[in-house]
Amino acid sequence: MKPLEEITFQKEELERYSRHIIIPEFNIEGQRKLKAARVLVIGTGGLGAPLLLYLTAAGVGTIGIVDADVVDRSNLQRQVLFSTADVGRPKVEAAKERLAALNPFVQFELHNMWLDRSNALDLISRYDIIADGTDNFPTRYLVNDACVLTGKVNVFASIFRFEGQASVFNYLYPDGRRGPNYRDLFPTPPPPGLVPSCAEGGVLGVMPGILGSIQANEVIKVITGIGTPLAGKFFQIDAAEFRTRLLTLSSDPDNPLTGSHPTQHELIDYDHFCGIPQEGNPQENAETTSETNGQITVTTLDEWIRSGKDFQLIDVREPYEYEIANLDGLLIPKAQIPEHLDQIDRHREVVIHCRSGKRSQEVIDLLRREAGFTRLHNLQGGILAWADQIDPDMAKY
Amino acid sequence: MISIFIPTPLRRFAAEQTIVHLRAETVADAIRSLISIHPGLRPYIYDDADQLRQHVRLYLGEQDIRTQDGISTRLKEGDEISIIPAIAGGSI
Repeated sequence: MKPLEEITFQKEELERYSRHIIIPEFNIEGQRKLKAARVLVIGTGGLGAPLLLYLTAAGVGTIGIVDADVVDRSNLQRQVLFSTADVGRPKVEAAKERLAALNPFVQFELHNMWLDRSNALDLISRYDIIADGTDNFPTRYLVNDACVLTGKVNVFASIFRFEGQASVFNYLYPDGRRGPNYRDLFPTPPPPGLVPSCAEGGVLGVMPGILGSIQANEVIKVITGIGTPLAGKFFQIDAAEFRTRLLTLSSDPDNPLTGSHPTQHELIDYDHFCGIPQEGNPQENAETTSETNGQITVTTLDEWIRSGKDFQLIDVREPYEYEIANLDGLLIPKAQIPEHLDQIDRHREVVIHCRSGKRSQEVIDLLRREAGFTRLHNLQGGILAWADQIDPDMAKY
Repeated sequence: MISIFIPTPLRRFAAEQTIVHLRAETVADAIRSLISIHPGLRPYIYDDADQLRQHVRLYLGEQDIRTQDGISTRLKEGDEISIIPAIAGGSI
């Protein structure tokens, strides 16, 4: 953060921020603190969109943006930072264009990459406050741990369908104490497959708008020192029922980073921690694909269909996903597989698919382990790969 | 009666209910009764070793049961238990 006495404003900035400056407890001092601040927003998705728009409009001096993704049509239902014309563009570039047009007095630092254990500490240590708008457990724990190890405040929010959660982790109190962090709440992530992701479970477009706005508000509160931050508290909302809760968060003495006997002093392998198998080079996977390792490419599946090969195709997605696009397979949602073993053919080759190949692999692992099935093939890349490589007219979601 | 609030990700295993009302003396009783009504919830609350899963927190009112007597925490008429699972969504 720059020294506050070096922060000055042009006339146009004073006019722009006048509605802040006339709030008695905010005034020019609050605006000066915002302009001096450096905030890193990780993820430019549903949460990142309102976060970035409001932090930019509010006049945060420097905003770092991390994301390696490109804008997809299915993003536009909630990622209000982007327009239809941005589809296919790198998210950080499209974001900067929109945000710079909103407020030319903000400096943007673009990081067109995925945050991982090799770059997280360096990147996070260059900012004052971190806002976590990511979407998966390995990155949630990575951001948490990197913030604790570098002493940064982590403004957190997360969503699922109509449900949202928010908190301010690792807050620095005036007396030097640190508030609880993500590992105090959830020491370990759920086993893979136990909790669906938004891509599988869906999310109402407005939810990231609500939670991302709460995050932006907490970022501004932490910077300016106004009010009471959401530290040591955990906000939960079920917007379908409009039930909200403000729960108390306590520090866990067994926390490996900040407990009574810390055992973790550096970043770890978060995919491994979250039970996610390591993926090799996709090209290598494609080349080694064979029936022996239980994987099948969309190209081979297309050949099987065209040649009239006798096999069974099973789709383990949800009925609403099937309605968007399907390959005419037998629909048995993943959660119902154990009750429908009798419908799965033991005497023919069986190809199992989902959206991206993740759920179907979990089903195959289960069927092999628990029910002794042997002739199973996972469709690599799922129906998304089919849409990309075989049928460009198929809707992607 | 005790109320147990079921979070969105677990409702499919609880006949899509948002609240289950039941009688119970302790948090352990309440969860046992809940699982007897909706057995599909069991693997999402307990692990294979019958321990509460670490990504699922149980709150009595606004307080984590870990800061009280854990699963043995006694309940009184009208108490509300919330099941709080980790959710990670936000970017995709």
